[in-house]
Amino acid sequence: MSVGRRWIVAAAAGFVVALLLPRLGVPTFYVSLLTQTWIFAIVAMSLDLLVGFTGLVNFSQAALFGVGAYAVAIGATRFHVTAFVPVMALGIVCAMVTAAIFGLVALRSEGVGFIIITIALNEIVWGLAYQWVSVSGGDNGITGIVRPHVGPFDVSENTGYYYVCLLSFAICLVLLLVLVRSPFGLVLKGVRETPRRMRALGYNVWLYRYLAMTISGGFAGVAGVLFAWYNQFVGPVALSLDQSTQILIIVILGGIGTLYGQVFGALVVVFLSNELSAVTQRWEMVLGVIYFAVVMYAPGGLVVLVPRLWNRLLGRRTPVTAEES
Amino acid sequence: MTNARRLAWLAAASFALTSLGADTRGAGAQAKTFKIGFLYPVTGVFAAPGKYMQEGLELYLKEHNNTMGGLKVDVDVADDQGNPSVGLTQIRKLVEQDHVDVIFGPLSAAVGSALVPYIEQHKIAAVYPIVSSDDLTQRTPSDYIVRTEWTSSQPTHVLADYAYKTLKYRKVATVAYDFSFGWESLGGFIDTFQRDGGKITKEVWTPLVTSDYSPYLSAIPRDVDAVMCSYSGAAAINFIKQYKAFGLKMPLICQGNTTDESTLQETPDAAGMITALQYTAALKSPANDKFVAAYTKAYGHEPSYYAEGTYVGAQYLDRGLAAVKGNSADAVAFVKAMRAVRVTDAPRGPLHLDDRGSPVQNIYIRRVDSVGGKLQNVVLQTYPNVSQFWTYNPTEYLKQPVYDRTHPPCNACGS
Repeated sequence: MSVGRRWIVAAAAGFVVALLLPRLGVPTFYVSLLTQTWIFAIVAMSLDLLVGFTGLVNFSQAALFGVGAYAVAIGATRFHVTAFVPVMALGIVCAMVTAAIFGLVALRSEGVGFIIITIALNEIVWGLAYQWVSVSGGDNGITGIVRPHVGPFDVSENTGYYYVCLLSFAICLVLLLVLVRSPFGLVLKGVRETPRRMRALGYNVWLYRYLAMTISGGFAGVAGVLFAWYNQFVGPVALSLDQSTQILIIVILGGIGTLYGQVFGALVVVFLSNELSAVTQRWEMVLGVIYFAVVMYAPGGLVVLVPRLWNRLLGRRTPVTAEES
Repeated sequence: MTNARRLAWLAAASFALTSLGADTRGAGAQAKTFKIGFLYPVTGVFAAPGKYMQEGLELYLKEHNNTMGGLKVDVDVADDQGNPSVGLTQIRKLVEQDHVDVIFGPLSAAVGSALVPYIEQHKIAAVYPIVSSDDLTQRTPSDYIVRTEWTSSQPTHVLADYAYKTLKYRKVATVAYDFSFGWESLGGFIDTFQRDGGKITKEVWTPLVTSDYSPYLSAIPRDVDAVMCSYSGAAAINFIKQYKAFGLKMPLICQGNTTDESTLQETPDAAGMITALQYTAALKSPANDKFVAAYTKAYGHEPSYYAEGTYVGAQYLDRGLAAVKGNSADAVAFVKAMRAVRVTDAPRGPLHLDDRGSPVQNIYIRRVDSVGGKLQNVVLQTYPNVSQFWTYNPTEYLKQPVYDRTHPPCNACGS
């Protein structure tokens, strides 16, 4: 089997295991943590499209995620839009429009300047959520969001909702994989590597970055919508700068430029932050050490580390690279 | 078999299994112990006051041989980190994993309001010993939640009355945290002060995370009788220090958290400040003397309102559980029983809950004095039996929107 084939089989096996998990007696609390994992994996993949494939380190991803979440909350509580498809569409459109506006501002600069502007944009949206109480509920956020029916299925229960998030993740992953392997994706990689040469070749670098940002915003919006339904609550913390940083940490942990690696990053961040805090008050320090170790000893991310450990376990010595982009 | 066919087979098998799979969770048998899901900020920005909550509950259980309502108590701790999303994840753990009988906590109002839908959906009883958001017992009360501490605007209604009638202040400027707790606690003051006939000439709102208050302090007019403020924790320490350093001479009157015992010794400049709250460690009463002595002996420092609030919350839990004879399975009945409890021996003084579930209790006007080299919130005057609606008609009161940045509108701003 070629390396590519092997990955397809591994991914399919992983998906099957993920489908079975809630039925294998996994306690509902862990099912809900896994649900969170899929949601954070989606938003991390959306950021990976920018960081890993376009070369843009965007710190405003939480704002886009949050806009999607607030769109659900406001749509549900003010305008009684609660069906799956319209709400999802609303969240995606709102997040994409926000991303398109962000792109107009932030893409006037590059590198550190871009990072600083995206931090500022994130803070502006956070400030709006925090202060514009009549719309956002301020600090106390918005409660009373009801999970929708998906076709004939009632997914208000933990297990049902787990499948919604898992399937959404799978769809987003496939769409993003297709996107980065398309001619458009190849141009993005060119932009990441040598923007100057791409410009010389006649590509409109700005436009490609702008489109990547807008598309990425749409995927962040999907995650935001799912998150709002998941918690049935949205508050300003969901779009704080801390949240943006956490999304970036997931990307770095999982493996920049791998997309599916984000599953591992999200798993580690979601499970460790919730489980460690029950064990020790110094859980943030433990997390810090783990992040540090991954960056030092597995700079390609967990997605590289996992098959390496697996091979060692089986006594194989063949180097496996996850990266083939 | 080709890969494609193998995949198809696997997918089919997994779908079959998922639809057939049985629920393997066993039904939770009626536990012999009473399990408290104690949700509070162990880490994060609220970790310091969170420690007082932990001590308050621990002391109560120690004094009562770890029993409540005749049952042995088992406490499951979960850390909400002061973050609503984390709080929601942790409450799922407490309810679905640990099968607790009651939720006890949290501290942050934002976490508290985020938990309400979950609590109602899962029909689990909850005691909120600290959270003070007004609407929790005003416009949107819940049948599943007992709130035993206060509403944000309850003490400041009283403070406004005292400022107008006793201190004879007529013109006041306000400065507070720019978020719901700041708005509600000042809203109570502004509302009552203006209704009494006073003038509010300026409202200054400072961002939640501020280390340098000078731009805001310079916005406060000097020609007022007093400045009304609302802060807590590290912000209170910073604000009071900078207010004095800035050379402002107008008397500072504040919502009681600002000079809470948890930070009071770190703010020597607080001397002379007048504040209002439902508790002070300096209260002279047999119940409080006993509480303060036991607490100080156990932890080496004075109790704060967070500690006393948690302790009173535990009293409610204990007596409510005794009233239902240890049968807490029917959450609504359990909550009703807790709400009917009248606590006459609370450290803060007697209290009972009104029909919306908010405490009716003494509010103390306190002044920061140095007693034997230590700062204390000494009681100047006691207003007995204060309700969350002050002296207003509840129906009329509830018709106005909850206090926020713009409500009640300030009557003399810009003049």
